[in-house]
Amino acid sequence: MGSVGAKEVPVLLDAEGRRIDGRRLDELRPLTIRAGPLRQADGSAFVEWGQNKVMAAVYGPREVHPRHLQQSTKAVIQCRYNMAAFSVDERKRPGLDRRSQEISKVIAEAFESVVFAEEFPRTSIDVYIEVLQANAGTRCAGLVAGSVALADAGIPMVDLLPAVAVGKVGGAIALDLKKEEDNFGEADLPMALVPQSGRLVLLQMEGHMTEPELAQALELGVGGCRTIYEKMKAALRDRYSVAPVAAEAS
Amino acid sequence: MSEEVTAEILQTHILDLAAEGRRLDGRGPDEYRKVSIEPGFVVTADGSALVRLGETMALAGIKLEVGKPFPDTPNAGVLTTNAELIPLSSPTFEPGPPQPGAIEVSRVVDRAIRAAETVDLTALCVTPAEKCWTCFVDVHILGHDGNLIDAALLASVAALSGATIPLKRFGVGEADRPLEIHHRPIECTFVRLGDTIVVDPTFDEEHAAQGRLTVATDEIGRVVAMQKGLVGAFSPDDIKSVVRRAFVHGDRLRAMIGRNGR
Repeated sequence: MGSVGAKEVPVLLDAEGRRIDGRRLDELRPLTIRAGPLRQADGSAFVEWGQNKVMAAVYGPREVHPRHLQQSTKAVIQCRYNMAAFSVDERKRPGLDRRSQEISKVIAEAFESVVFAEEFPRTSIDVYIEVLQANAGTRCAGLVAGSVALADAGIPMVDLLPAVAVGKVGGAIALDLKKEEDNFGEADLPMALVPQSGRLVLLQMEGHMTEPELAQALELGVGGCRTIYEKMKAALRDRYSVAPVAAEAS
Repeated sequence: MSEEVTAEILQTHILDLAAEGRRLDGRGPDEYRKVSIEPGFVVTADGSALVRLGETMALAGIKLEVGKPFPDTPNAGVLTTNAELIPLSSPTFEPGPPQPGAIEVSRVVDRAIRAAETVDLTALCVTPAEKCWTCFVDVHILGHDGNLIDAALLASVAALSGATIPLKRFGVGEADRPLEIHHRPIECTFVRLGDTIVVDPTFDEEHAAQGRLTVATDEIGRVVAMQKGLVGAFSPDDIKSVVRRAFVHGDRLRAMIGRNGR
């Protein structure tokens, strides 16, 4: 969508239906998730997804700061999504810009939709998401990392929150856009799924899609989320499974 | 919650151990934690390095942009250093404007890079008084278990050592070229625990400390920057012995950049 003034539009979809990096339309970029890399945090996760690198940490339930945000009946979920200055091609000025603040808000609301916040009145659960290297889809990578970090922190939740962006490139609906596809594609639709209920708790869209295309995009996204969900569970199992004693010797 | 807390009983224990030349994590007074340097961690940066000192983790990224030289230095490029102590890295950091602690880390790291003439700024001049390269050194602290200054400078120097000038991206040249590094300053931080001065303090040791002293040295035997921090005092003899120890640790850490860098 950032195609205004762009000089060369790359070929996003070849005759065989292969994308710019050789993927099929319904194929995710390589995704690895590690639960618990940070010792200081109550919960943490590191996600490498295509060329995205995202670290998330969770602190809480703890005292609310600033105090006036405190709620007497439930925990407040606060999220800070931030991009490192060097995470993008043109250096980004450090600190939260309007985009980061909006993303922080919708991610916090997505988490609040699944956390049993009423179990921790007068507290704050803080989710910090740091984008260290960005290549489209960072809010989804942040959601995945933040969700695994929440689970790692032992916060009770309805479910984990897998997330992915679906878009339209070269006229076709495609899963998990990378940077060139995001910049030169026709639409971008990030979403986060509650796998148990099949409902979406984060949804944004920019670009143009017809009604049938949107229906197809939703179906593709939900399918992608289910694949990601399995990887999130596997990451948590890796962290908390107890190795057999014999394996310790090596 | 914003105050950094280490239980008093733990502080007393740290001081008791130090009196016997011992430390909480089993190290000796002059023993540095295990250090790892991972260069090129971030591909979107023009140079980067992830440094771990035990559980302390600093990620430095270099970005170069075409800008305008300062009027008083028309033949030189511009270098700025910024450290972000993001709230992700410690339960004691909060969102909001940079705290004095973060500003101190940035400034002490910046001073060492500048004073050691790490980067030859005149080589970053494109057209005098008109066009130059601005080199941004941004440090993200991802894990805080003490001694942020050493970790931040080590990451910065390792990142600069592998950095390239993006001539192509800015249409200034045909091919990118490596950023030239003249000197490699290394900062080494010590804290006083009673009569013992220990190197590379952890988070808890910093809270038990009666004074902190950082010494930056380079590979040609110069002391290029110093900073005394926290409440406490050092005698001239203390300082001389700390400087000697800083050179020994500095040389060893510098060799790691050589191995890990380009």
